[in-house]
Amino acid sequence: MITLLEARNIGKRFGGLQALSDVSLTIRKGEVYGLIGPNGAGKTTFFNVLTGAYTPDGGEFVFNGSELPTGKPHKVVGRGIARTFQNIRLFRELTALENVMAGHHIRTKAGVWGVLTQNRFTREEERLTTERAYELLKYVGIERFADVVSRNLSYGDQRRLEIARALATEPQLLALDEPAAGMNATETAQLKVLIEQIRRDGITVMLIEHDVKLVMGLCDRVAVLDFGKKIAEDVPAVVQKNEAVIAAYLGGGKHAH
Amino acid sequence: MNELAAAIPWLGKRNPTAARWLILIIALVAPVIAWQFGRSWVRILDFALLYMMLAMGLNLVVGFAGLLDLGYIAFYAVGAYTFAFLASPHFDVHLPFWTILPLGAGFAAMAGIMLGFPVLRLRGDYLAIVTLGFGEIVRIFMLNLNYPVNITNGPQGINMIDPINLFGWDLSRNLQIGENFSINSLFLYYYFFLLAVAGSIVFVHRLQISRVGRAWAAMRDDELAAKAIGINTRNMKLLAFSLGATFGGLSGCLFGAFQGFVSPESFSLMESIAVLTMVVFGGMGNIAGALVGAFVLALLPEILRDVAVPLQQTLFGHVLLDPEVLRMLLLSLAMILMMLLRPAGLIPARARYSHDHHLSNKLKQEAAK
Repeated sequence: MITLLEARNIGKRFGGLQALSDVSLTIRKGEVYGLIGPNGAGKTTFFNVLTGAYTPDGGEFVFNGSELPTGKPHKVVGRGIARTFQNIRLFRELTALENVMAGHHIRTKAGVWGVLTQNRFTREEERLTTERAYELLKYVGIERFADVVSRNLSYGDQRRLEIARALATEPQLLALDEPAAGMNATETAQLKVLIEQIRRDGITVMLIEHDVKLVMGLCDRVAVLDFGKKIAEDVPAVVQKNEAVIAAYLGGGKHAH
Repeated sequence: MNELAAAIPWLGKRNPTAARWLILIIALVAPVIAWQFGRSWVRILDFALLYMMLAMGLNLVVGFAGLLDLGYIAFYAVGAYTFAFLASPHFDVHLPFWTILPLGAGFAAMAGIMLGFPVLRLRGDYLAIVTLGFGEIVRIFMLNLNYPVNITNGPQGINMIDPINLFGWDLSRNLQIGENFSINSLFLYYYFFLLAVAGSIVFVHRLQISRVGRAWAAMRDDELAAKAIGINTRNMKLLAFSLGATFGGLSGCLFGAFQGFVSPESFSLMESIAVLTMVVFGGMGNIAGALVGAFVLALLPEILRDVAVPLQQTLFGHVLLDPEVLRMLLLSLAMILMMLLRPAGLIPARARYSHDHHLSNKLKQEAAK
């Protein structure tokens, strides 16, 4: 198996709180990798450090064989890592289609001059962006809402739209931060189908999730964070039986607090 | 233009084409009608067009990119002073109009980037305060740069600026057609400014429905998410400031040439606020809103000046409230009422950020399959 992303000794401190300490993990190409842990374990912080929203205090990420820039989100996206957010963050005044089109920004080039003169290159690029965005809406199953302003979409559809927008950046690694949060059982099942489809299409998925059933059913491997430390990393069935993990979730054991 | 046409009551929804023609006709005959009330009204219309350009430029920054700018008039000042320096007896330089125009726009854009860099990390209130300060700094520079070396001529301003000269055609002279028919210079300026506004509409609209416009809107709606999909927010902010400033600079050049005189007084904080009010009043984030807001609020004080004094004299026998005081009062009242009744502005249209026909073509293809 080829390694896609390797995190080496990532550390991040907020004042007196050590949010991440020496976290190392490896994600292989083509797998669905789960990142779980109790609330406040540092999962989202890990995402933020990975995607450049925060700068890590120590450690480095190696993506596709070379080091990732830190603290520069647009460069990270350019290298092929896209993310969604725990609390949905869409561009509320834009339609579903325009949201996805905006997601295509980094793969397009039109500048002010091209836009003002509307030269052939710009027009062609704009047409392709529109078509691609529509295809992506279809891919996640919300193409009938293409012309709806995104803030008026239902919760489940907003989640889907956010995934479509992330896919528009043409990522190799898609990082989903609690995609099933607030979804009912049917929506979660549909989401599972979508994520499996994304994996089949060759995109590696990294997933933060609380829904244990979803994680166990979907992930090839799982890492568990607790108080900013990685306490386990293995296939779901093994992790499930790991004593440190059980202690972290249920309290007691050596992590008693 | 479509948004503007759609905003016309009744006609806009039933027959958009007719509505568009109506707007065009009104725009063309407006100065002729205004002339009936006196030549000063044509002059007021000319200024209204300049305000429209300003409002469109500010709308780019505030409405599209979501960057509150309270010092926008500084770019207008940069444009106007550039023109004054390069085409007046002050330095005894008289460059041609078409040379100064890009220079004025360029200097204003540079000023925009100068303002943009320090405020990259600021948002909301903080951004507003710094931009406000920037506007004041520029004005105070203009006011005081007459000593030890006289550059701006201080509070006296610069006089006798060359008029607009289009390849030898002087717009400040009445156009003589035949023996006894002539077109007043004010009309010539009107139609020239109208062309400038039309060009600005086309440019701003093209920006809006492009990759650039979407990136601005994305940044405005959620900066963190915009970064997370790979938008370089620093560059997009600088671009918004500099392009917005370009419009300010261009209209500043036109203002200097049209008025023939510039002084720091024309570029006070109140002017910045007035332009911002036009954008908010008309409907933030859409071109039609900026145009209507600018038109209404540029005309309002003039109408007031003409109406308020005689009205008060007939009602009370003497003038109770000075028109200038009344103007502020009514403006504030209008804003309060707007916020209560129509918080999204006179024309609350949602701006589009993509070409309609691309999607409809795509849908047709899909249907054909």
